[in-house]
Amino acid sequence: MVDEFEILEHTADVGVIARGADIGQAFANAGKALFSLITELEDVEEVIYREIEIDAQDRESLLVRWLNELIYIFDTENILLKVFDIQQLTNTSLKAVAYGEEVNTAKHQLKTGIKAATYHMLKIDENDGYRVQVLFDI
Amino acid sequence: MSAPWLEIVNKIDEYRWQIPPGYKEGMKVPGLIYTSKAMLDHIWEEQVFQQVANVAFLPGIVGSSLAMPDIHWGYGFPIGGVAGTRAQDGVVSPGGVGFDINCGVRLLRTNLTEDEVRPKISQLVSELFANVPSGLGSSGKLRVSEKELDEVLVKGSQWAVARGYGDAEDIELSEESGCIKGADPEKVSNRAKKRGIPQLGTLGSGNHFLEVEVVAEIYDKDIARVMGIDEVGQVLVLIHTGSRGLGHQVCDDYIALMNGAVKKYGIDLPDRQLACAPVKSAEGRDYMAAMAGAANYAWTNRQCITHWVRESFSKVLGGGRQKLGLEQVYDVAHNIAKIEEHNVEGKKQALCVHRKGATRAFPPNHPDIPSVYRDIGQPILIPGDMGRCSYVAVGTQLAMKETFGSTCHGAGRVQSRSAAKRSLKGVDIAQTLAARGITVKAASRGSLAEEASEAYKDVSDVVEVTDKAGISLKVVKAVPMGVIKG
Repeated sequence: MVDEFEILEHTADVGVIARGADIGQAFANAGKALFSLITELEDVEEVIYREIEIDAQDRESLLVRWLNELIYIFDTENILLKVFDIQQLTNTSLKAVAYGEEVNTAKHQLKTGIKAATYHMLKIDENDGYRVQVLFDI
Repeated sequence: MSAPWLEIVNKIDEYRWQIPPGYKEGMKVPGLIYTSKAMLDHIWEEQVFQQVANVAFLPGIVGSSLAMPDIHWGYGFPIGGVAGTRAQDGVVSPGGVGFDINCGVRLLRTNLTEDEVRPKISQLVSELFANVPSGLGSSGKLRVSEKELDEVLVKGSQWAVARGYGDAEDIELSEESGCIKGADPEKVSNRAKKRGIPQLGTLGSGNHFLEVEVVAEIYDKDIARVMGIDEVGQVLVLIHTGSRGLGHQVCDDYIALMNGAVKKYGIDLPDRQLACAPVKSAEGRDYMAAMAGAANYAWTNRQCITHWVRESFSKVLGGGRQKLGLEQVYDVAHNIAKIEEHNVEGKKQALCVHRKGATRAFPPNHPDIPSVYRDIGQPILIPGDMGRCSYVAVGTQLAMKETFGSTCHGAGRVQSRSAAKRSLKGVDIAQTLAARGITVKAASRGSLAEEASEAYKDVSDVVEVTDKAGISLKVVKAVPMGVIKG
């Protein structure tokens, strides 16, 4: 099986490449990759959920908005997310439910703070499934 | 073997390397990198040439797309990049400021010497760590309402001083007096405010820090004396933080907006992260008003932290301010865009100067610097990594002429965070630093390895270039004694 995601090395920033059989799965795995940078995913349980609905002008912007929405939820509610159910996805809109758990410092080790997903080196490729690449400012 | 970049750059002198506009089709001006030959290899490997060239595409850019010696690869704009665009018909780019709007540095001086502080450094670091909220996911001790946050966005440091956080003099001794005019809370989204409310008065994580340091060398005694830095061994305090989640959200909101503006105004860009809009357009004006708000939030943040630093010193070392000192030397922004007057092609023009990982370096007698520094030039604060040293410098006329009054901002990374962690696996960074007389307390062990000296260029090499090139002159070098990392 192909890995769901991998981490891209960069000097000042950090990127991720996420894959999926369909674009929704690739978006979901990008979300997972993002939270794998913030904490150890295995320590996170699925006890709460957040519904997410966003629009953007094109698919690339939608990917950036999606990830920035997840960063926003973490930053404002202190919630670590690990499972993403993409319910509806077009080139300009996305509906999803994300599951995870509120930060508990006794249990969760927080690793890296992520400021935002960027458009720099952003890529969405279709070739035997989907592959998305995003760079974060950290 | 000859370096690949030799074919591309024109050497102007030992510290100035030009990328001609022919390097990439679409460049409106040349690129100009301030660096040494020794550092160019790394800059080339990082593809920073491409990024300097990309910035040269911005409509209305004048002079050169500039890069300071601490330049390293960033998203869109390189970190260490400076660009001046005509305010009249040029653009403003949120990516040219970055996500951490008004990330910056504040320096305090004390009346204390190393001998007086060192025996209590461990206690002092613990007290500072307890008193200044830091680390990922931390929230502040301040509880502000939405209405109060709006006041923070408009008033900056003044808001904090009016509430007892700090001295009136702190305001005067800050770039822009700790408040950029024209901030409009209406232009800052509710999402940005929601991120900003709990994080006001927090240091944050990543490369942000609070450092107790000792003067190690004074290069110009007369200039240092004007800043109240009198002798080797004197203790200083350096605070490095920015606008936290509020600034990140403002940047994100406006990059999304400007992606639309790029199409609307028919702007051709090689990288979407450079998204921009004319300074005078509604989008450009709104960004400037929101960015000013985020910048003012950052100044308020550093102002509140300053107050808690003073409290902590007083608690651990005893005695009042008279004994301790802890007066502010200066506060600089190193991620910002500002409308400034500069001479371009023999004509005074209003420019939108973007400094992303670069510090303003105004010369003596410039009207925008505090009167006490009129004769020496604007103080410039250049933090290094936590294991080496930091510098204080002053701005020059040459900077005004060549770099829109700008210079470097720090060390600049050479190693990715995970590479640093890998190469330092099993090394106890805190212990290694302790053996060198540096007490460190960090919210997470991971962040210590990520920010270790090995991950950075030596700031001394960086400062050597700006000093020799004459765009800022070094005055003081200080070494860390106690560090708090987020």
